[in-house]
Amino acid sequence: MKRAHLSILLMASTVLGMSGAAQAQDVTLTIESWRNDDLAIWQEKLIPAFEAQHPGINVEFSPSAPTEYNAALNAKLEAGSAGDLITCRPFDASLELYKKGQLADLSDLEGMQNFSDVAKSAWQTDDGSATFCVPMASVIHGFIYNKDAFEEIGIEPPTTEEEFFAVLDKIKEDGTYIPMAMGTKDLWEAATMGYQNIGPNYWKGEEGRLALIKGEQKLTDEPWVAPYETLARWRDYLGDGFEAQSYPDSQNLFTLGRAAIYPAGSWEISVFNEQADFEMGAFPPPVQAEGDTCYISDHTDIAMGMNADTEHPEEARTFLNWVASDEFATIYANALPGFFSLSSTPVEMEDPLAKEFVSWREKCEPTIRSTYQILSRGTPNLENETWVAAANVINGTETPEEAAKRLQEGLASWYEPQQ
Amino acid sequence: MAAAKKPVRWHIAVFLAPAVLIYTSVMILPLFGTLQLSLFGRGESGLIFVGFDNFRTLLFDPRWSASFWNALWNNTWFFIIHMAVQNPIGILLAALLSNPRLRLRGFYRTAIFVPTILSFVIVGFAWKLILSPLWGVAPSLLDMVGLRSLFEPWLGKEEYALTTLGLISVWQFIGIPMMLIYAALLSIPEELLEAAECDGITGMSQFWKIKLPLILPSIGIISVLTFVGNFNAFDLIYATQGAMAGPNFSTDILGTFLYRTFFGFQLQIGDPNMGAAIASMMFLIILVGVCIYLFMIQTRLRRYQF
Repeated sequence: MKRAHLSILLMASTVLGMSGAAQAQDVTLTIESWRNDDLAIWQEKLIPAFEAQHPGINVEFSPSAPTEYNAALNAKLEAGSAGDLITCRPFDASLELYKKGQLADLSDLEGMQNFSDVAKSAWQTDDGSATFCVPMASVIHGFIYNKDAFEEIGIEPPTTEEEFFAVLDKIKEDGTYIPMAMGTKDLWEAATMGYQNIGPNYWKGEEGRLALIKGEQKLTDEPWVAPYETLARWRDYLGDGFEAQSYPDSQNLFTLGRAAIYPAGSWEISVFNEQADFEMGAFPPPVQAEGDTCYISDHTDIAMGMNADTEHPEEARTFLNWVASDEFATIYANALPGFFSLSSTPVEMEDPLAKEFVSWREKCEPTIRSTYQILSRGTPNLENETWVAAANVINGTETPEEAAKRLQEGLASWYEPQQ
Repeated sequence: MAAAKKPVRWHIAVFLAPAVLIYTSVMILPLFGTLQLSLFGRGESGLIFVGFDNFRTLLFDPRWSASFWNALWNNTWFFIIHMAVQNPIGILLAALLSNPRLRLRGFYRTAIFVPTILSFVIVGFAWKLILSPLWGVAPSLLDMVGLRSLFEPWLGKEEYALTTLGLISVWQFIGIPMMLIYAALLSIPEELLEAAECDGITGMSQFWKIKLPLILPSIGIISVLTFVGNFNAFDLIYATQGAMAGPNFSTDILGTFLYRTFFGFQLQIGDPNMGAAIASMMFLIILVGVCIYLFMIQTRLRRYQF
């Protein structure tokens, strides 16, 4: 008797379940991303805003760890299990996917009109004929500092390199704070927050970057070695045991108020706003002499493309058009202060720190990271080598000249214009 | 009477089938797949057969071979640390545990064995925290005994990082040689030890002259297991130092080298064919090592029947 009841119940639930499935004709789009920090923003702000306007399309944000993203994405694409929408790394990583036919050509997407050629350049074929990702945001490098600490010690944010080291000396003398929060354990901090942060002032932004690509300058030339020499001087101002200090360690050191200056990328802003309970300010990388033109790294960092094998290309394109819209740009830039919209229409932002960063776009010349376009195409990989070199130089295990020589030899071994 | 015709023993095939099928499909086929992949390269139009070109690049191209020999040497050093630290201490612990007068034996045995069942990720993360110059207990503990000056950011220094990782791995896996040797020591019959005592061999000399020769085969097995485990290692390095095996590739072993090459890293695009070539070299190295053991060492070991 009891058993009969149970089986009826089970059958009933099966039928009900099936009818439920038949009703929901909704399409679900999955987004692949490395921004696991943004999970909450996507789920609470961006996706609801989109779904409210487009009933019938569900969007799911499924991020993986930043360092594993490229490898994981490649494996998923090969296996045919990747999501419908792919968050694009700039330049070659995405270009390679496009060439393999894994990213769809989006040149004819209406929303593309909202972006300048420079904004799109990171996600185009070398000749610019096809664009395969919708630009979402760029990040700007600079230094974030603890305003309270600066007031306490009585120092002002520096504008020239001389002032910069004078400020560091004063903080060190005072002894309350570690002058600068950076470690070399994870390598990329040294390269990205160090070398690519201060470098553009030496190699004059785009001018030097393009000259390097054309083969007119070498990595052993003065503008490319000098940033390493400056980095080597940073060693004395980093915390005790910085060789084993990881990236999260540095973040915590600063937000706990134990360090005064943090060599930063603007992506830190939202995390720091949440964690730090002191006021923060920012200054651009210091120039060599008073009155020099300043250059900043305004790096096109993140975009979104479409998996060429998606089962729902129409819906995916609808979503990408929305990503290209002003509405998305406004929500995104304000929810994630520090990721600056690449849209041609300026976006109103509220966060003071983010406003400070973006204001440098007006007085300084922007460039992108020197190693990203074309130069990291071969083996050895210039970007990855730069990580190791920058960390070595700060650790003092390699001199700036040796490091530059090794990088130049590596690049020349496969890149023709440098031979 | 003529010998009865032997019946076909079907049951052997039937009982072997599941294991053979599973082992073939998940181990043997992929192995040959890897070997095959390493003989191909990416040409203008898809994959082309390149013979041993990938191996030539790996061994003779100045850059590739520098990375390869660096990884191989680091791997060898990693193995040396295990052989020199893990196995002797394991034997010592087993000898202490098999002492019948020791109390709380079960507790020690479990406590020492527990790290072995922990995940690499947990072990790596825990040790990274312990040794952290900022929040670790290592610097404060050293400070308490007045030896703070001895503290170094070990995981961040080229000269110490690999040895530190080797010792962390020893800490984790010391339970395995201990257990195997412990079992071998327990299986030595009492009569043998009593006979030795009658002959006046006691204490340390009893260990050296009676017990050690009897557990030599177990030590041999442990050495081979350590060798295979070390040359396949990857997880601990990846969990603590990342795929770039910093600082300056000083902790790069064959496993991390393979990972970076095969899957790519950051801006570097993965190269499955060179990756497969490295994997094949690892297979070859392990194969040669195991063969040396099987044919040159194991055949010379004397076994005693009790």
